[in-house]
Amino acid sequence: MCTTCGCGVGDTRVDGKALPDAGSPSAESSSAEGSSDGDPPGSSQASPKGVGNNPAASYRALAADSRARPAAQGFAHSHRHGETHTHAGGAPAEKAGTSTGHARLVQIEEDILAANNAFAAANRRHFAEHGIFALNLVSSPGSGKTTLLCRTIEALRATLPIAVIEGDQQTSRDAERIRASGVRAVQINTGKGCHLDAHMVGHACDDLQPDEDSLLLIENVGNLVCPAAFDLGEAHKVGILSVTEGDDKPLKYPAMFHAASLMLLNKVDLLPYVDFNVELAVDYARRVNPALQVVTLSATSGEGFAAWLDWLQTACRQQQAGKRATIAALQQRISELEAQLAQHARG
Amino acid sequence: MHEMSLAMSVIDIVENAARAGNFRRVSTVWLEIGQLSAVEPEAMRFCFAAAARGTLADGAALQIIEINGRGLCFNCGETVPLAALYDPCPTCGGYPVQATGGTEMRVKELEVE
Repeated sequence: MCTTCGCGVGDTRVDGKALPDAGSPSAESSSAEGSSDGDPPGSSQASPKGVGNNPAASYRALAADSRARPAAQGFAHSHRHGETHTHAGGAPAEKAGTSTGHARLVQIEEDILAANNAFAAANRRHFAEHGIFALNLVSSPGSGKTTLLCRTIEALRATLPIAVIEGDQQTSRDAERIRASGVRAVQINTGKGCHLDAHMVGHACDDLQPDEDSLLLIENVGNLVCPAAFDLGEAHKVGILSVTEGDDKPLKYPAMFHAASLMLLNKVDLLPYVDFNVELAVDYARRVNPALQVVTLSATSGEGFAAWLDWLQTACRQQQAGKRATIAALQQRISELEAQLAQHARG
Repeated sequence: MHEMSLAMSVIDIVENAARAGNFRRVSTVWLEIGQLSAVEPEAMRFCFAAAARGTLADGAALQIIEINGRGLCFNCGETVPLAALYDPCPTCGGYPVQATGGTEMRVKELEVE
């Protein structure tokens, strides 16, 4: 349907099972809460069976999380459907003097991606609470993402619990490759869609149930354009560029390199055979993103891999430490409150 | 890029607003789209028309207000206009320029009946 990339909707599947239509977080929570008012878009497709063993229940928990947390826009739009919007007093502001006639102007001022961002915030909060370090791996098709994942898993799985979400338009070939490497993986098929979104990832996590203090690797659909705008709740986007693709890719597809925190320059074992200037590629990438970190490596030969593994392990430890610090702070607060309570009881 | 998903999100926002604001028809939708947001206005128009079909915004005009890109030049420290993420600083010619504005994608306003 999309003139640019053929992106469409409605065919998304998680491990072969249909996904309830995202619509908006409100659409799903409305069916979850049993609200009886009008039909939100897509609610008719929100299957009560949902996805997985008991996904409806766990998904509700996610939606509830996002309700409880103010989104980046200052207001979570994942409210129950029945609650509708409560922007500054209940209804969108109308311009004074324009509402007397038949036509009137209504101010909205809402981010187009607000619904996705609310789902992403819920995912991110869930990851933080469980010490899960989540990465969103983005690249063009054929950059070597799956090979890179397999080698990473092989190197780390003895010391770190790992789970993988695979995104592709069709087939479960990648998830099968990952499962063969010995870790749990869920395949999201986006059908005609050109990117993963936070709603799909939330459902995939319900199915996958990543371990406490684990590494969650989300391999996005191979596409150097569309996934850039969609926050999945990950800690970082990691862009993978391979030396067979051309050193000017960061200039041709700047949005993705702008959105990534780390660029993995893959297939460096092929540098003798291709016309690719590493310095130039890194320079181009840093023009669009001055803060971009870069690791050059080969998932086939293993060259440079230690630096990537170090980066991963350090980041995982930080995420786990963050979780422990939050728990310690909460425990401290509980002790303080219990002490106060005891004093009251004595007094 | 993914203009179809974005257009459908716009329709969701419009339908939510219609429930809250109690209107039945939308005749014009104003979007603010940043120059650096990588949204192609023509693709957005095409997808919006398709996504609006059969909704209260069917046939609505789509007005796209383009927000100019801005960036902070790491070389001269000035905040400068930026037309593309990879452009050099228009003042000093240096790199890099960190985007600080023009990445918005917002539904700004509706004309409703």
